[in-house]
Amino acid sequence: MSRELFRFKGGVHPPDHKAESSGRPIHAAPLPRQLTIPLRQHIGNPAKPVVKVGDHVRKGQLIGEADGTISAAVHASSSGTVTAIEPRTLPHASGLPDLCIVIDTDGRDEWVARAPLDYRNLPPAELRMTLRDMGLAGLGGAVFPSAVKLDPGAQGACPTLIVNGGECEPWITCDDVLMRYRADDILRGVTVMRDLLGSTEILVGIEDNKPEAIAAMRAAAAKLDYAVEVVPVPAVYPGGGAKQMIETLTGKQVPTGRLSTDIGIQVFNVGTAYALARAVFHGEPMVSRLVTVTGHVLRPQNFEVLIGTPMRALIELAGDRDGVTGVLMGGPMMGVPMPLAAPAAERAPRAEDADVPVVKATNCILVQSRELFPPPPPVLPCIRCTRCADACPAELQPQDLYRFIKAGDFGRAQEYHLFDCIECGCCSYVCPSHIPLVDYYRYGKSEIWAREREKRAADLARERHEFRQFRLEREKQEKAEKLAAKAAAKRAELAAEAAAGTPPPAAADGDADAKKALIAAALARAQAKKTQAAPKNTDDLSLGQQREIEAIEARRAKIRELARKPLASEEDA
Amino acid sequence: MLSAIGVMVALALVIGLALGWSAIRFRVEGNPLAEKIDAILPQTQCGQCGFPGCKPYAEAIAKGEADINQCPPGGEDGVKKLAELLGVEPKPLDESHGAPKPRSVALIDEQTCIGCTLCIQACPVDAIVGAAKQMHTIVADECTGCELCLPPCPVDCIAMVPVAEDLPHWKWKHPVIPLKRVA
Repeated sequence: MSRELFRFKGGVHPPDHKAESSGRPIHAAPLPRQLTIPLRQHIGNPAKPVVKVGDHVRKGQLIGEADGTISAAVHASSSGTVTAIEPRTLPHASGLPDLCIVIDTDGRDEWVARAPLDYRNLPPAELRMTLRDMGLAGLGGAVFPSAVKLDPGAQGACPTLIVNGGECEPWITCDDVLMRYRADDILRGVTVMRDLLGSTEILVGIEDNKPEAIAAMRAAAAKLDYAVEVVPVPAVYPGGGAKQMIETLTGKQVPTGRLSTDIGIQVFNVGTAYALARAVFHGEPMVSRLVTVTGHVLRPQNFEVLIGTPMRALIELAGDRDGVTGVLMGGPMMGVPMPLAAPAAERAPRAEDADVPVVKATNCILVQSRELFPPPPPVLPCIRCTRCADACPAELQPQDLYRFIKAGDFGRAQEYHLFDCIECGCCSYVCPSHIPLVDYYRYGKSEIWAREREKRAADLARERHEFRQFRLEREKQEKAEKLAAKAAAKRAELAAEAAAGTPPPAAADGDADAKKALIAAALARAQAKKTQAAPKNTDDLSLGQQREIEAIEARRAKIRELARKPLASEEDA
Repeated sequence: MLSAIGVMVALALVIGLALGWSAIRFRVEGNPLAEKIDAILPQTQCGQCGFPGCKPYAEAIAKGEADINQCPPGGEDGVKKLAELLGVEPKPLDESHGAPKPRSVALIDEQTCIGCTLCIQACPVDAIVGAAKQMHTIVADECTGCELCLPPCPVDCIAMVPVAEDLPHWKWKHPVIPLKRVA
């Protein structure tokens, strides 16, 4: 039962604080009065709403459909009425609003018709599409649409499947309790993954600080008809990161800019496996997840929470206390601050702006206090001690990256593999100068992305401008050609007319004669028209009418005479 | 003595031929410097620099006929990049060509638009869709915010709307280190 393990470089050992919340069993959070379900909960294109305000929806009903391959659908987490489809504040570092579907729940929690998927008889591509439409996204943190990851790709099979139960970040225990209480369901999901990916080796990596979870998973694995190896791995932060878990279990490193599937390995979080089992064997889309509520609360524990539940309700459920200084979504190393932390006086004027909902990415709500999370000491200059480089699990040089980004030299930062940084926070954790290094890397990354976007926009504008110039030139040319063709046709017509008979006065060859003939013909036509257009009611006039006409003619003649003579004033000038 | 002269003449001939051949063989079409400058310019095609588009301005800079500080949409950053490329000192933007503004896109008030197509003819990147006596609209993703459609509009139905920051375009801010009062 012993497997050779490998040690990835770096990592840190922060106090794990897991005992606080892992002792209590999973508790279903009560149904909130209102659910706020964001359409952008996963990486990729946001879902497109398919319901209207006023619609009645049932639990599990599709309310936002997936848009494209890298996307996932969004479902109503409970039954009720859609009361708004509008931008609301998201649990995101930016604190910016984005489109959400707001549902006032009716308390009945009625499900839509559910049916297990006959996954063994479904073609894999169709099954993946169904899973995308059931809203499946990775629950480990990145929320990448799972259907895409379940595609073995061109190789046809992914030999190694790793189920990640690492959960290395302090305070968080949602994966731990999930494995303790729902190990069988997790492994049913793993079976589906194994069948879809054609994997032959299945490893479950669990940090050795979760002995109960390891025991539960081993017991469940023993019941299966294929081998699943549950491997306790040393508890080192960030050993639960996908790349670190791969290295610990197999000794392989994922090359820069490549995917783990390129080296025949796919990694899924235990929560994703559980959600997959619910989807396949119960027909339930992703409408809930486990969330650890811990830190400065009375009863830190794990809740089974409907997606869209307000975070404040969960904090109250766990027993809120005075002295809250902040709320993080996620753990202390990688978590992002939530806007609902602001004290009452500074809270946003609209009540709905002061709260944010639980989304598919919410693994933990960590309530901070001054005692548990003292404010960071003042930042001092970098002394180039390279402790960050020793701690970096991605084998980067954090002190150099910091220097480049501070100087605005993003090109150099990219050369030094800034994009291999997993933002684990080890460098900031060990920094004796307390420099918020990860903040610099995040800033650098988003700055590089923004520049690339600008560059793409500029290239598009250049291309379109050049095409417009080309189009204008082409149109000019086409117009000239058309005119020339018309003139040539007219000349040919005249020549044909001349040849057919009615010889014009000067039937001699040449353009000038043809033109003359043209003018003569036009004059003749005009003359004919004039005679035709002569007034028809000039016969049999009465004497009075005759006189009137004569008077008008006389006036006309006078006006013509006046017009011919220049004005006196003009003569003077 | 003679042989030395002979050797030198022969060498000159050989090298001259080689140079002449490579000048033809490795000839670069267009002006590479102008292209490099064009790549830095923001491609708004707004003409604020006094040239009909970014490329003519780039060519003028390459020939030394225009200064590097005439592009307000490029901003001080753009001037700095141009100065770096050309090896000259960066200078402040020339105010006579306009001041930098936040990135915006045009928006047609569809109630007021009479469908005259004048803005369509003015748009340098063909980002306006419409036809005579039909409503016009802006393709926001392709609008460069050049404002060239504003003057020809006879009913003033086009407004410039600054691009608001939304979630996909949000950027992490540069870390701010709070200062502590010590005295």
